[in-house]
Amino acid sequence: MNPQTLQLICFYAFSFVTVAAALSVISLKNTVHAVLALVLTFFSAACLWLLLEAEFLALALIVVYVGAVMVLFLFVVMMLDIDQEKMREGFVKFLPVGLIVAVVMLVEMLGLVGVRAMNAHVLGENPAVAAGMSNTEWLGHALYTTFLLPFEIAALILTVGVVAAVALTLRERRDARYETPSQQVRVDPRNRVRIVKMAAVRPDEPTASQEPQP
Amino acid sequence: MNTMIRFFKSLLLIELFQGMGLTMRYMFKPKYTVRYPMEHIPKSNRFRGLHALRRYANGEERCIACKLCEAVCPALAITIDSAPRESDGQRRTTRYDIDLFKCIYCGFCEESCPVDSIVETSIHEYHFENRGENVVNKQQLLAIGDRFEQQIAADRAQDAAYR
Amino acid sequence: MADQLINQVLWPVIYILCIVLPLVIAVAMFVYWERKVIGWMHVRLGPNKIGPFGILQAFADVVKLLIKEVILPTKANRFLYFLAPLIALIPALAAWAVIPFSGQMVLSNANAGILYLLAMTSMGVYGIIIAGWASNSRYALLGAMRSAAQVISYELAMGLCLVCVLVLAGSLNLTEIVNAQAGSKGILEWFMWPLLPVFVIYFISGVAETNRAPFDMAEGESEIVAGFHVEYSGSAFAIFFLAEYANMILISFLASILFLGGWLSPFPASWGFIGHGGFIWLFIKAFMMSFLFLWFRATFPRYRYDQIMRLGWKVLIPIAIVWVMVAGCLKYFDVVTVGMGA
Repeated sequence: MNPQTLQLICFYAFSFVTVAAALSVISLKNTVHAVLALVLTFFSAACLWLLLEAEFLALALIVVYVGAVMVLFLFVVMMLDIDQEKMREGFVKFLPVGLIVAVVMLVEMLGLVGVRAMNAHVLGENPAVAAGMSNTEWLGHALYTTFLLPFEIAALILTVGVVAAVALTLRERRDARYETPSQQVRVDPRNRVRIVKMAAVRPDEPTASQEPQP
Repeated sequence: MNTMIRFFKSLLLIELFQGMGLTMRYMFKPKYTVRYPMEHIPKSNRFRGLHALRRYANGEERCIACKLCEAVCPALAITIDSAPRESDGQRRTTRYDIDLFKCIYCGFCEESCPVDSIVETSIHEYHFENRGENVVNKQQLLAIGDRFEQQIAADRAQDAAYR
Repeated sequence: MADQLINQVLWPVIYILCIVLPLVIAVAMFVYWERKVIGWMHVRLGPNKIGPFGILQAFADVVKLLIKEVILPTKANRFLYFLAPLIALIPALAAWAVIPFSGQMVLSNANAGILYLLAMTSMGVYGIIIAGWASNSRYALLGAMRSAAQVISYELAMGLCLVCVLVLAGSLNLTEIVNAQAGSKGILEWFMWPLLPVFVIYFISGVAETNRAPFDMAEGESEIVAGFHVEYSGSAFAIFFLAEYANMILISFLASILFLGGWLSPFPASWGFIGHGGFIWLFIKAFMMSFLFLWFRATFPRYRYDQIMRLGWKVLIPIAIVWVMVAGCLKYFDVVTVGMGA
C-alpha cells in the first residue's frame, strides 16, 4: 500500500465521520448529544486539515473550538431544561417553510460555487513548502507582515466585542451581600482585638447604699 | 507604604511559602503513628473492657445474685435469674447474661457489686463472628474471669488505695 | 511489503508501549509516593503494610478496583457513561507522543508540539463533563460544571505562559525549545530565570488544569461528595484515576521541559561527567515538580469557586499578558541569548 492510497482512505474515513456527525447534529433529539456530535464534527474536520498539512489551523481548531467554545456550549446546553416532547411537535407544520429555506440556501451556495469555479485558478504551490518553512511559521510571517492591518483590526473588533458583552451583562447587585477576598486577607488582628495586660483586681465591697432595696 | 508591602507580600506568595516550609518541616518530624496490632500504647489499670465474673480463691463463685448490677445498669444490658443452688440451697444465679451491644462500659455494675464479682477487665480486643454471640452468659463470663484472674486481681490491687 | 509493515506499524507500536507501560507503572508508584509524602507531612507513616515499606500498596489497590463491580446508575446514559473514562484517559496518554526524553528520544518530533499538547490537554475536560452529565446525578453535574469553567479559565493563563516560552525559543517544537535553553552557563541559561513569574503561573494553572488540590473543587468531597466521578466504581473509576495522575506527571514533565531545560544538565558542560545532558536529568526535574503537586495538596486548603475564578481571570492572566510583552522585549533587545539549537 503506497502512502497516497493510505491518505485517500484516511481522507474518506475522516470526511465520512465529519458528514455523519454533522448530520446527527441537526437530527439528534437530545441537545447534549447534538453538541457532542458537533464536537466530533470539529475534531474530524481538524483531522482533515491535518491531512492537508495545515497543522496549525487543525490544532487551533481543536484548541479554540473543541477545547473552549464547545465546552461553554455544553455548559449552557446542560443547564437548559428543554421539554423534549414539545420539541417534536409541529414538525410537519414547519416542514414546507424549512424546505423552502433549505432549497434557497442550496441554490445560493451552488450559484456561489459556480461563479467562483468559473474564474477560479487552480490552487498554486503550497507557499509554506515553497518558502521552506513550517506551516505555522509561514502563517505567522504572513499574518504579521502582509496582513498586519486586517489582523490587528480583527483583534481590536474582538476586544471591543468582549468589552461590550461584559458591559451589557455586568450588573452590580446592591442587595447581594458578598465579601472581597483581598479585604479579608488584609485584615490585621491588631486592628480588631486589643489585648490588655492588667493585674487581677477584686471589685469593691458593696456598700449599704448600693445594695438593692428589697 | 503599608499597601505596597501588602501588595508585594501577596504577589511574592510569601505566606504560601511559609506554609509550605511548615509542612516540609513536619515531613521530617518523628511520626506519632503506633503500629497498632504490633505496638500498644500503655493502658490504665482502670480501663473498662470486657466483663468477667470472679471466683474466690477456693473456687466458689463470688456472685450472690443480689441483682444490684441489673438494677443499676443504665443500658439494661444485664439479665439475671436466680434460684437456690441444688447442692446446698445457697442463693445463686441460674442465668447471668450481658448483652455487649447494649453495654456502654460505664462500670456501674462493678461499682455496685458488694462482693467484687462482676468486673470489667482491661481486655478490649475481642469480636463476634455470628449473630447472638454478643450476649455472653454466665459460663463464658466465669471462664473469662478464671483465665484473667491474675491480671484482674493485680489491677484491683493497684487501685485499692483510691477506692 | 513486510519490511514496510514492520517499519510503519510494528516499531511505532513498540515505542508507544515503551512510553505507556512505564507511565502506568509510574502512576501506580506516584499514587504510593503521594500517600507516603502526605502521610509524612501529616506526621503519619502512610501505607506500610503491603510489601516492603508498603511499596506494593498501589498494585493492591488496582487489583481491588479491577475486581469490583462497575455500577451503572438508573437512567444514566449507558454509552456516554462508559465512554467518559476513555475520553479522559486517551488525551492524557496521547499527549506523551511529543514529549522529548532526550535529544534523540522522542516518539514524534512534531513541528507544532506545543500546540498539540495544548489541544490534548484541552480535550481532557470532555471526559469530566460527559461523566458528570451521563451519570444522571446532581452532584456529578455540579462537579462537571465547576470543572468546565475552571479548565477553560486556566487554559488561557496556561496558553499565555506557553506564548512567552515560544517567543523566547522561537519555535513550537519541544526539542528545539530545550535546545534553546542550552548554553555554557548551565542552570542560568534556563527559561526559568527570565520567565520566573510565568513559570509560577504555568505551574499554578497546571495544578488547576489537572483538578488537583487546592483547585480540586470539581471533586470537592466536602460539598459535592466526589464531583464528577461520584457514580463511578471499579475499573471505570480506576481509569479516571489513571488519567488524573498521568496528567499530573505530564504537567511535571512539561514544566521541566519548557522552563527547566528538559534533559540538559544544570551544570556547565565544562564540568565533565555531570555536565552532560541525559534523560536522567529530565526525570529528576520532573520528579521534583511532581513532588510539588503533593506538597501543595498537603499544605493548602481548597479554594472556593469564586476565588478560583478571581485568581485565574484577575491575577494570573493579567500578569501573564504583561510578561508576554516583557518576553517580547527580552527577545527583541537580545537580553536573553538563545542556545545553539534554535
